[in-house]
Amino acid sequence: MIGAAPGFGGPAWAPADLATASSAQRFSPMTRRRILLFLANKRGVWSLGIFLVLFVVSLGSEFFASDRPIIASYKGEILFPIFVNYPESKFGGFLATTNYRDPVNRDEINSHGWMLWPPIHFSYDTIDNNLPVSAPAPPSWTMGVEQRCSGYAQGVGDPDCIIGNMHWLGTDDQGRDVVARVFYGYRISVLFGLVLTVLSSAIGVTVGAVSGYFGGWTDLLIQRFIEIWTSVPQLYLLLIIASVLAPSFWSLLGILLAFAWVGLVGLVRAEFLRGRNLEFVAAAKALGVDSFTIIWRHLLPNALVATITFLPFILGGSVTTLTALDFLGFGLPVGSPSLGELVAQGKENLEAPWLALTGFFTISIMLSLLVFIGEAVRDAFDPRRSVR
Amino acid sequence: MTVLLEIENLHVAFEVDSGRLAAVRGLSLSIQPGETLALVGESGSGKSATAASILRLLPASAHVEGRILFKGGDLVVARDAELRRIRGDRISMIFQEPMSSLNPLHTVEHQVSEVLSIHRGMRRATARARTLELLQQVGLADAANRLDSYPHQLSGGQRQRVMIAMALANEPDLLIADEPTTALDVTVQAQILALLKSLQARMGMAMLFITHDLGIVRDVADTVCVMTEGRIVERGPVATIFSHPQHEYTRHLLAAEPKGVPPVVDLNAPIVVSAEGLRVWFPIKRGLFRRTVAHVRAVDDVTLNVRAGQTLGVVGESGSGKTTLGRALLRLVSSRGRIAFLGDDIQTRSWRAMRPLRKNMQIVFQDPYGSLSPRMSVADIVGEGLKVHVPDLSPQDRRSRIEAALRDVGLDPSTADRYPHEFSGGQRQRIAIARAMVLEPQFVVLDEPTSSLDMTVQAQVVDLLRQLQRRRGLTYLFISHDLRVVRALASEVLVMKDGKIVEAGPAQDIFERPRTDYTKALLAAALKTAAPAVLNSGLNSGEA
Repeated sequence: MIGAAPGFGGPAWAPADLATASSAQRFSPMTRRRILLFLANKRGVWSLGIFLVLFVVSLGSEFFASDRPIIASYKGEILFPIFVNYPESKFGGFLATTNYRDPVNRDEINSHGWMLWPPIHFSYDTIDNNLPVSAPAPPSWTMGVEQRCSGYAQGVGDPDCIIGNMHWLGTDDQGRDVVARVFYGYRISVLFGLVLTVLSSAIGVTVGAVSGYFGGWTDLLIQRFIEIWTSVPQLYLLLIIASVLAPSFWSLLGILLAFAWVGLVGLVRAEFLRGRNLEFVAAAKALGVDSFTIIWRHLLPNALVATITFLPFILGGSVTTLTALDFLGFGLPVGSPSLGELVAQGKENLEAPWLALTGFFTISIMLSLLVFIGEAVRDAFDPRRSVR
Repeated sequence: MTVLLEIENLHVAFEVDSGRLAAVRGLSLSIQPGETLALVGESGSGKSATAASILRLLPASAHVEGRILFKGGDLVVARDAELRRIRGDRISMIFQEPMSSLNPLHTVEHQVSEVLSIHRGMRRATARARTLELLQQVGLADAANRLDSYPHQLSGGQRQRVMIAMALANEPDLLIADEPTTALDVTVQAQILALLKSLQARMGMAMLFITHDLGIVRDVADTVCVMTEGRIVERGPVATIFSHPQHEYTRHLLAAEPKGVPPVVDLNAPIVVSAEGLRVWFPIKRGLFRRTVAHVRAVDDVTLNVRAGQTLGVVGESGSGKTTLGRALLRLVSSRGRIAFLGDDIQTRSWRAMRPLRKNMQIVFQDPYGSLSPRMSVADIVGEGLKVHVPDLSPQDRRSRIEAALRDVGLDPSTADRYPHEFSGGQRQRIAIARAMVLEPQFVVLDEPTSSLDMTVQAQVVDLLRQLQRRRGLTYLFISHDLRVVRALASEVLVMKDGKIVEAGPAQDIFERPRTDYTKALLAAALKTAAPAVLNSGLNSGEA
């Protein structure tokens, strides 16, 4: 019984724990525990699932909403217009790019083969010239067949008055399909948010780590710089830069990045200030391990917990920032698919509520999903929570 | 006499990730009014869970079954309002950690008088007078001026006295003391024990005294219950337990005193590490321009020699600078004065130039929970030094050296891919020792390597250290506040107080003929609680 050196056998629950540990060697027990905790938060798991599905779907927007067919067969040749830009001369025309929606091209290809279209025959920048009413047009399903097809030359019998040419959520004030714009806008928002989050976190963590680990003058200088830097009014600076530099995805990213990295510095610095005094760091120093390795192997994994907990919220913040800039008109170049611009159009065209409603629901659902994921991640890293 | 507290068949279990962890399994005990019952057991034996379940202070993940009858009422099923009337009034509690069990934002007066105003409805002036009286009773020096102090202005012993004053404020029928002296220095420990005993006699209250140290209950308790793995394995009057322990585990605990013979003093052995006029002063900065107004002299003019194959014990209470001294010798904190390693002055070396030497001088830290990175496997932890100092070792060779080091410290090499949290405290300390030993150093600083371990484990670690020393001819600097461990390991001893060396010499001389009052007080406080038989055998073996 207890004769066999008590206190040395390890806790009574250890064996069961170890048995499962060996079956899942790839993850450390702590990681496994966190994954289980995350999975225990059903709302977070569902949110992550929905978010990922929406993101993957939006990555393939071209397959769902495009003004080019996915595959076409023309005179026995299989073509992929979705990937390859065929000149119009291939189909007997003279333009550099082919407009597959043009009735002449359509009839030419259909008479020598066939076309497989995406479910929605509009891209984010396709202007529908056959709208029955002046843009912004309401969703097609609110109109009768007669009215819906009245914009086409042959009316109800027109070969273009088909389901693929319907505007499920109406059009904006330039006659562009709202569903297509939401698809592409969602994609650009999330991508922008992801890139901004990853880059700003990388810079923020690095600066925070250096600041916290070395302390002293390094810390003092970095902290004073950050104080001055954060007191620069971001929005005005953006307005000034936007008037000099043509806004693009990357220039906008650069400007926002210049300010966004500050967010994580304080957090990581605090973790490092605490961590550098822990005994295992002293032990590593006594072993002669160099500073970089200590930061990388011993301290960073501990500081990452706080960082990862914040990531979904930073992502949400980045998306919101881009949307806000687009709304104000200082964001992505004119014509880009953007959720902020959609909301701005909704504000301009109050008589077309489908614009504002679509913008509102897209943004709020996306942000809610991110917040729910963030909550689940936070739970997963909470040491006081038990899996059961 | 009627029974004051009766616990019948108590079961406590905690919900953990892997299921239900039983902490207490069918415990029964009873306490008479005025009696002191000591509950003794090592960490994880369920003694603290028992204490906390009496006042229902357990976290929500705990399941409690059984009956806890206090003056006939069952506390397990009592309503919260009823329980609140009992807590702090009829039953009060003293906790282990005086640092964290006082609210840092409240003055001493506020903390103590809170209990009085809640249960007695006292007004401020009356409460203040009563608080002062209590503080005087618990022997807080200069009590009148301490009323407006904050906890951080008090020492650990003073804080524990305030805690006791809070607990005694309403003259409870039962005082639960959960390891009340564990976090304190030995001299303070003795004072607090004496205080508790005298207060108990004066007020006639019963006491449930919980401790891991069987040694200290001898003077305090009437009855002793020895607990392990959630059960009481032996109970009886204190004298019987000490003279005729029945159960194997009790005997095991009694024999857990660190034993053995330190290496013989040999003044001709070559000097491995020496320091001359070593100083570590931390500046105290004040004012707008952070001018240095004074220094905290953590280590002040220390001169020492550590000889090959021997152990220099550094003894002192908390704050005496012994840990700083150890780190300064390894150049982990900056210092002034000469430090020589194998005759070579290392004080002038840069951090980079120190690196090749680090292979030869290693350190083992006090807290095995803090000194192992929780995110690295045991193999990574032990192998880290090899990566730095023997970078061209092939992965297979590195692995085999890691496994050899683990075997050397008595761990199964197949555990190398596990993570620290899967090991007990003693096993973790063995991993920390393996990390130091894998580099085959000549000189090892042992910074209180046993003080956070259970008694039985302590003895095992001491044996391991001595065995490694003999086999490899290691030189140790052994830092400890625990004189019993020092006696079992050190050939020479250095007593420190406030950063200065108070007394130094061969261990035997210091233990038998201490010259300074400070050393005498330290020895008296630390060793009087040890069983005389063990004390004698320890000294005899020291002479051999």
